[in-house]
Amino acid sequence: MAISRHSPISESLGVRIALIVTSVLFMALFLLLPLVAVFAEAFRSGLGPYLAGLSSPDAQAAIRLTLLVAAIAVPLNVIFGICASWAIAKFEFKGKAFLITLIDLPFSVSPVISGLVYVLLFGGGSMLGPWLKSYGIEVLFAVPGIVLATIFVTFPFVARELIPLMQDQGTGDEEAALSLGANGWQTFWRVTLPNIKWGLLYGVLLCNARAMGEFGAVAVVSGRIRGQTTTIPLQVEMLYNEYNATAAFALASLLAMLALVTLVLKTALEWRFGDEIAASGH
Amino acid sequence: MEVRVSNVRKEFDGFAALKDVSLDIRSGELIALLGPSGSGKTTLLRLIAGLELPSQGKIFFGDMDASEKTVQERNIGFVFQHYALFRHMTILENISFGLKVRPRATRPPAGEIRRRAMELLDLVQLSGLEKRYPNQLSGGQRQRVALARALAIEPGVLLLDEPFGALDAQVRRELRRWLREMHDRTGHTTVFVTHDQEEALELSDRLCVMSQGAIEQVGTPDEVYDHPASPFVFGFIGESSELPVTVEKGELLLAGRPIGLAAPEARPGPARMYFRPHDVDLVEGDATLAGVVHTSRRVGGTRRVEVDLGPANHKVEIDLPFDHPAGERSQLTFRPRRWQLFPSA
Ligand SMILES: Nc1ncnc2c1ncn2[C@@H]1O[C@H](COP(=O)(O)OP(=O)(O)OP(=O)(O)O)[C@@H](O)[C@H]1O
Ligand SMILES: [Mg+2]
Repeated sequence: MAISRHSPISESLGVRIALIVTSVLFMALFLLLPLVAVFAEAFRSGLGPYLAGLSSPDAQAAIRLTLLVAAIAVPLNVIFGICASWAIAKFEFKGKAFLITLIDLPFSVSPVISGLVYVLLFGGGSMLGPWLKSYGIEVLFAVPGIVLATIFVTFPFVARELIPLMQDQGTGDEEAALSLGANGWQTFWRVTLPNIKWGLLYGVLLCNARAMGEFGAVAVVSGRIRGQTTTIPLQVEMLYNEYNATAAFALASLLAMLALVTLVLKTALEWRFGDEIAASGH
Repeated sequence: MEVRVSNVRKEFDGFAALKDVSLDIRSGELIALLGPSGSGKTTLLRLIAGLELPSQGKIFFGDMDASEKTVQERNIGFVFQHYALFRHMTILENISFGLKVRPRATRPPAGEIRRRAMELLDLVQLSGLEKRYPNQLSGGQRQRVALARALAIEPGVLLLDEPFGALDAQVRRELRRWLREMHDRTGHTTVFVTHDQEEALELSDRLCVMSQGAIEQVGTPDEVYDHPASPFVFGFIGESSELPVTVEKGELLLAGRPIGLAAPEARPGPARMYFRPHDVDLVEGDATLAGVVHTSRRVGGTRRVEVDLGPANHKVEIDLPFDHPAGERSQLTFRPRRWQLFPSA
């Protein structure tokens, strides 16, 4: 057995076993058990009610809205994340440190506050809200507000992933491409993007998981109009509060599956392209 | 293509990396930029390439003012110190890149691009490796790919930044010879940066010695080696020993004693004499440099001894045949065969 001999720098066998058992138990109790519970609860009354729960018009609307929000927020954050990390990694400019701090803001502020910021910005008492309303544009308690709040909370994922990666790669490849006659556009598509593609995919994955699962910020701006402004997480909570456990957990199982798929893909990416994915602390 | 650098100054945040540099590069020559770390070699090369813009001064390509032209418009081939090969492209794709990104009007057809890339691969002696990726090549092979990639666009000027800097001595020597042959065959105007004097002396038609953002001397390797224009060049190119002498009535004195060297043209007064350790004759007599051997060690085919020229304890190094019996504490008298005087600092 590999651990039969006591190495001078490692803990004694008893301590090691205690540490391992504790962490495994802890994970099982707090991470694995809830996940199993979600699926158990969802299928408690069998497949029929599970499918019924998923196919109710409200559930369908929630699924559609969640997909829509992610489909808008993720691409925008990809574009913005690439721009921001490009600027930070490849140019020198005043206020760079400030921009880096700003990018982390959504991570450090409570999602509820992120939502409230939009209420203040677009609410009835604000300047912007009534003005937009006069043009027939509803932001608060409507889809645009949900999208904005989601963009805000998921903003750091792509940028945080790309900044260290691009800083590490430097500008050498781009200079080589330019010296060979490529224009800026060709350089971006043929050299920069391929160099960051795995890191980018990793960032997109995390960004998407969060965009679909965000509760706090969205809850504040959504207004919870059934069938119109409820995303899956909101719908789950509403169903649960109405003691409709089966339907609630059926929808929740979708999010749990999303989490599992994300986890598997993330691990696969890390395993395969670990050196191309920046260690940015996720 | 001729390149003329005219009174160029380059500042980074107020720090002058290049101060009023002028250099004429002749068409078809292989010129080396040589100097210690931080002397501005890379900066000058990047200015010629258009990867940086001068703070002052102009750069001409032939008769054309290239100062305001972009990198793409200058049609240069640049080989980066760390190759900067595109890691997600095969060797063939790397070499074809410059042709593939051309606008449709000037882009050769795909078959022609492939044919030319294969030709270049052959030129750099890497045929058969076209499907590999850069990380599957050795350092020397990557360097040659980088060169082939730069040559593919048929550049007017080839610029190389320490092309062999990251390679071991054996490979360096091989590639050096190979680059020289290649230059003789293709005839590109070539500027290469190095801080290895041996490389510069062996490889270049002319060399340009730089120090602290200024050019110290430009000339053929022989000119620069035999007639250094400044103490810096003397010290930087080849080995050198320095002695503080006085010129009196056309004679050189060390610590008041004549040393048997005449300098009829020199201005009377204190001066610094430079000579090379291997440029000395062992001679008998009074009017010589006389000293005691301080240390003696054999370096390959010669013996390098450090001689203590009392009474002011001036130490100089000279080379003797390796089988010379001079041991520590033995007396030596010698005279430099060739030497040069510079004003005292
Ligand atoms: N982008 C930059 N920003 C600020 N200072 C710079 C920049 N590039 C170069 N310098 C400074 O300019 C001076 C010359 O640099 P350069 O890279 O040209 O030196 P070099 O002769 O190529 O040295 P080495 O042999 O070490 O490569 C250095 O003092 C360097 O610190
Ligand atoms: Mg350099």
